[in-house]
Amino acid sequence: MATSGGNARGDIATRWAELVVAALIAGGGLVVVIDSVRVGITWADDGPRAGYFPFFIGCLLMIAGGVIAVETLLKWKKLAGVTFVTTERLKPVLLMLLPTIGYVILIAWLGIYVASLVYVGAFMRWQGKYSWVKTFAVAVGLPIVLFAIFELWFLVPLPKGPVERLLGF
Amino acid sequence: MEDVGNLMQGFAVALTWKNLLFMLIGILLGVLIGVLPGLGGANGVAILLPLTFTMPPTSAIIMLSCIYWGALFGGAITSILFNIPGEPWSVATTFDGYPMAQQGRAAEAMTAAFTSSFVGALFAVVMITFLAPLVAKFALRFGPPEFFAVQLLTFCSFVGMGREPPVKTIASMMLGFALAAVGLDTVTGQLRMTFGSTALLQGFDFLIAVIGLFGLGEILLTMEEGLAFKGKGGKINPRIVLQTWKQLPQYWATSVRAILIGCWMGITPGGATPASFMSYGMAKRISKNGSKFGEGQIEGVIAPETAAHAAGTSALLPMLTLGIPGSPTAAVLLGGLLIWGLQPGPLLFVEKKDFVWGLIASMYLGNIAGLLIVLTTVPWWAAILRIPFAIIAPVIVVICAIGAYTVHNNMFDVYMMIVFGVIGYGFKKLKYPLAPLVLALVLGDMAETAFRQSMLLSKGRMGIFWSNPLVGSIVTLALVLLVWPLISRMITALRAKPPAVAVS
Repeated sequence: MATSGGNARGDIATRWAELVVAALIAGGGLVVVIDSVRVGITWADDGPRAGYFPFFIGCLLMIAGGVIAVETLLKWKKLAGVTFVTTERLKPVLLMLLPTIGYVILIAWLGIYVASLVYVGAFMRWQGKYSWVKTFAVAVGLPIVLFAIFELWFLVPLPKGPVERLLGF
Repeated sequence: MEDVGNLMQGFAVALTWKNLLFMLIGILLGVLIGVLPGLGGANGVAILLPLTFTMPPTSAIIMLSCIYWGALFGGAITSILFNIPGEPWSVATTFDGYPMAQQGRAAEAMTAAFTSSFVGALFAVVMITFLAPLVAKFALRFGPPEFFAVQLLTFCSFVGMGREPPVKTIASMMLGFALAAVGLDTVTGQLRMTFGSTALLQGFDFLIAVIGLFGLGEILLTMEEGLAFKGKGGKINPRIVLQTWKQLPQYWATSVRAILIGCWMGITPGGATPASFMSYGMAKRISKNGSKFGEGQIEGVIAPETAAHAAGTSALLPMLTLGIPGSPTAAVLLGGLLIWGLQPGPLLFVEKKDFVWGLIASMYLGNIAGLLIVLTTVPWWAAILRIPFAIIAPVIVVICAIGAYTVHNNMFDVYMMIVFGVIGYGFKKLKYPLAPLVLALVLGDMAETAFRQSMLLSKGRMGIFWSNPLVGSIVTLALVLLVWPLISRMITALRAKPPAVAVS
């Protein structure tokens, strides 16, 4: 990662972020093109094959990604001091994102009610520094309200886990 | 007047106690969504959509569209009191709204904002009432080339009128089209880009994309900015409301311009956000107080709010008549119509008269109800914003996760929501627009079908897009809009040159 220019150590520079995203877009375009060629981009007896339209889309994606990359490279020097995100500001983002990923994995395992309790509770306790009483009130209250709204009122089933099975739902 | 008669019938449909109740719930939920960061009109409606599957379609669409009106109103509250735009289209409202609040004129600013929102929406609804049946009747004659042309116009106008770099708009749009192509190809029955995964068979649902991009993405951005809500008190009393209302008529010219900009940007899908900025910029340039804009001018609140609401409302016109939504929220409403088995488009006006006119009537009623509700309940909403983010953020994520799950009762969608959330965060930071991605994801299959049918008709020749004056002029207009950024760059370059060169 570039540490030259105005970026502090470990900060992510915008020009690198631009390049990575442009590469991902172009790469995505390549995947689309390859798969379109696989299913056929030409005409069959009954009309255009399945890859006919996506092929154009893939090409445009590759072109767009390429243009963005070239534009970034042309402005490379000018973008030297521009920071995408500083390490300091990235921390709260990751503190949000990582627990959320954990939460989603928990949903698959424990069902949405227990997972939400753990997630909201942990978030309030560690990030909000709330007392156990307040944390408990919100973290337990929310799943109960959700259960009432979704399962009882609107009859929309949400993912349930071992705990709900124990309670007989 | 046939339309007026239809509209009256629509009022009869909308004015049942049950529908009025749904309207009220919708507005309240909408304002709540508009006030909270990370929940906006588009993803709010997307999350609540599954709850309406069991309701009758007319009641459901009335409630969902009222959520939309509520969200449009709610965005203004946070902009003025907290200098935090609850919605992208209320960014321009902060420029003069927040300074007014700092000067202790918050009530005046909010009254002006709500009233001009109402005026903007009202004119847009009147326009829909009289224009929509005409457009629908006209569109009955459309064939595949015409439909593709209109869709092309939709997408090209994003490139031509967007505030983001054109290449990034194209990249984001094509990504949407590519994601839309994933899954079973309905024409040939072949699998595309599933790479042997069964989870990808169904393709990507745009509702998931909306919830991830606008919901989780927004939460991540808010975490980065480390928001602490420190706002002004939000008391409104009737005396100030009346005083402000007395002032408003003198700014009629600003309002008229804002309405025109808004309606235009709503129908051609520029959307509410660019409309609000354009209107603010225009008002600043034309007003004699232009130099004082940004210091708390009431005109600086009227202009963007009127335009945003006019655009947000008129975005429903192409959605209803052509099946082409003018904004992400209109796209979500369109998704709802499809789920209820109603195919938006010209035939809807013939086959489902009750539904269409009930919806249009509810737009009138919903906006009146919305104005009254927000004027009376502002202090509560301001209080909600004082709940710390450490509670609000995880609760919103939980709601987003439930919303994503309930679309298809599928855990894979919840994982995808996270992926879209990260994409949304990155794209927002690098100034890729999100609306084209969502619209392309919604319209992808329809656009592809229209294109393939056109190609079948012409045996693969592009000439079909210029085969009659109607389709030809739409396609040409679309292409002009597509290259508009290049043209305008050239014009500026020419003007920048010394005049002597220009003469020779």
